[in-house]
Amino acid sequence: MDLHEYQSKALFAEFGISVPKGYVVSTAEGARDAAKKIGGDLWVVKAQVHAGGRGKAGGIKLSKSLKEVACNAEALLGSQLVTQQSAVAGLPVDKVFVEEGSIIEKELYLSLLVDRSEEAVVIVASAAGGIDIEEVANTSPEQILTEAVDPLAGITLQQAKKIGRDLNLKNSQIDELADIVTKLFSLMHQCDASLIEINPLIINSEGRVLALDGKISIEDNALFRQGRLEKWRDEAQENPSETEARRHGLSYVSLDGNIACLVNGAGLAMATMDLIKLHGGQPANFLDVGGGATVEAVTSAFKIILDNKNVEAILVNIFGGIVRCDLIAEGIIAAVNQVGVSLPVVVRLEGTNVKEGRKLILNSGLGIETAKDLTEAAKKAVQIVNGSHS
Amino acid sequence: MSVLVDADTKVICQGLTGKQGSFHTQECMDYGTQFVAGVTPGREGQEHLGLPVFGTVREAVEVTQATVSFCVVPAPFAANAILEAATAGIELVICITDGVPVFDMVEVKARLAIEGCRLIGPNCPGIITPGACKIGIMPGSIHKPGRIGIISRSGTLTYESVFQTTNVGLGQSTCIGIGGDPIRGMDFIDCLELFESDPQTDGIILVGEIGGSDEEKAAEFIKSDVSKPVVAYIAGVTAPPGKRMGHAGAIISGGKGTAPEKFKALEQAGVHTVRSLADLGSTMAKVLG
Repeated sequence: MDLHEYQSKALFAEFGISVPKGYVVSTAEGARDAAKKIGGDLWVVKAQVHAGGRGKAGGIKLSKSLKEVACNAEALLGSQLVTQQSAVAGLPVDKVFVEEGSIIEKELYLSLLVDRSEEAVVIVASAAGGIDIEEVANTSPEQILTEAVDPLAGITLQQAKKIGRDLNLKNSQIDELADIVTKLFSLMHQCDASLIEINPLIINSEGRVLALDGKISIEDNALFRQGRLEKWRDEAQENPSETEARRHGLSYVSLDGNIACLVNGAGLAMATMDLIKLHGGQPANFLDVGGGATVEAVTSAFKIILDNKNVEAILVNIFGGIVRCDLIAEGIIAAVNQVGVSLPVVVRLEGTNVKEGRKLILNSGLGIETAKDLTEAAKKAVQIVNGSHS
Repeated sequence: MSVLVDADTKVICQGLTGKQGSFHTQECMDYGTQFVAGVTPGREGQEHLGLPVFGTVREAVEVTQATVSFCVVPAPFAANAILEAATAGIELVICITDGVPVFDMVEVKARLAIEGCRLIGPNCPGIITPGACKIGIMPGSIHKPGRIGIISRSGTLTYESVFQTTNVGLGQSTCIGIGGDPIRGMDFIDCLELFESDPQTDGIILVGEIGGSDEEKAAEFIKSDVSKPVVAYIAGVTAPPGKRMGHAGAIISGGKGTAPEKFKALEQAGVHTVRSLADLGSTMAKVLG
């Protein structure tokens, strides 16, 4: 689950990490008031969306008067911001963050993430801050420092200081950075963050180290013990079908093709998409209904699939293990009846009691196609879709 | 022969009295697995499914001499349950639980290395030596004792591989579902090592998926240390970058962990790769002649 910049910065402040003064608002008037409260003569109005690349996309506006703050907020609020990292349709700007302007002497990059290969938290830092870090990693990897933290010992002061030294900072800044890294490590643990990224972390004209941006992802598996943060979820930033699927305990990812898949198991769901592609089709989604493929799950899955207007055929691929195929077939028939599926459906069932399962589907009178194996199922679905185009 | 578990393996279930624990332990016992006890704190002294229930793993091990634990404890308590088993002298924990927080697993992995305890999972179907011992949630009936070792990050793809190797008559020596989480117990290399030295195993099927670099590491190990034929499939060619595909570990991040990279690494190591999941069994049959 991703947090907004303003939420990330609120957490930074809670953990004692310096951030510029700022307020989140949802009206132009509110933006003007916020700027007034902050004082000074330079402000930044920043669109709050769950995507990087906001600067280039015009989502971050420097403002030199209260009037300009209000104008910039007015223009951003209610718009859809399209960035290099967002979906094509962009993301809705419901809130802007008004922040005091900073004079930047130096831009650094700092992140902490759970590294699967190290099986530990890894700190990533670079003196090349403010730009796309993946680009830096590709063009000049020597500019990126990484430091793995021992899971049992935790971060040591020596380790934290090494980062500032390797970035050639001044002594006082080395200490300041070590303090920030140590606090971020606590934040990460206490909030179950799988990623904290500050880009840029700046050194301002007074020589202080400040978090100018902030991105935090909270690990989904740990939300059960992060009740406060879970309430910070902004569903407007998420794909509505994916949100709906999550509510029903399904995993769904929307794709660009026209053949929908309804599968039990994440691995098999991916493999089914790959099979469709291999046989000349395009998958419309990833969808895992869970191992048991219950009537409720399958019914919700059909509804979510049908919300995608690009879908022209549905491929159901279920490997019935402990749950017998005849029960699964009954579930599919009930779901198709209840939802009123009018698109062609191809079903591949395999596993325990498969013959009874197939027979139920053939005799259902719903015109559902069955396939004897994986390959035939994929071919049939592709044929239906490609046939309808000729 | 087989790897890790056989007909003599004595198993306890952590979380026996719960719904999942009861159902799957009964299924495993019906398959022939030697379950000797259950552990549920607060239910000690009771009997469940004909098994004695203990309050701690230590007591269960002392009384029954069990060496393996089938752990079906809910996600919030799974990490502690695994560590409890490890410190009580259990040699192998099989943790089925889905949704264990990654920070918990970071700590578990570090501690297990000290205790010298092996872990399969979490978020996995478990392990089965067909005809001898099933510790997991896989359907026993599709298996057949035989020559192929199977290692997979996905539950249903393990079943597909089993089903196909049964259909072509090869059967399986042991099947290990290592789980779909980014940080997990045994990895491909641990399992490859065991299958390489198991006389019953003539060929190995490896099923990977997008995310991480375990398949690439496995490819290097195969090149240097595995003489038996390996057939591999990677799921997720069509997965978009930056999106989690169901499994917590199935995500292409920063352009790394893609299926083509993994296929390439495996092919360079001399592995027989298949682009269609449906070809795993027939390809293995062809390779073994």
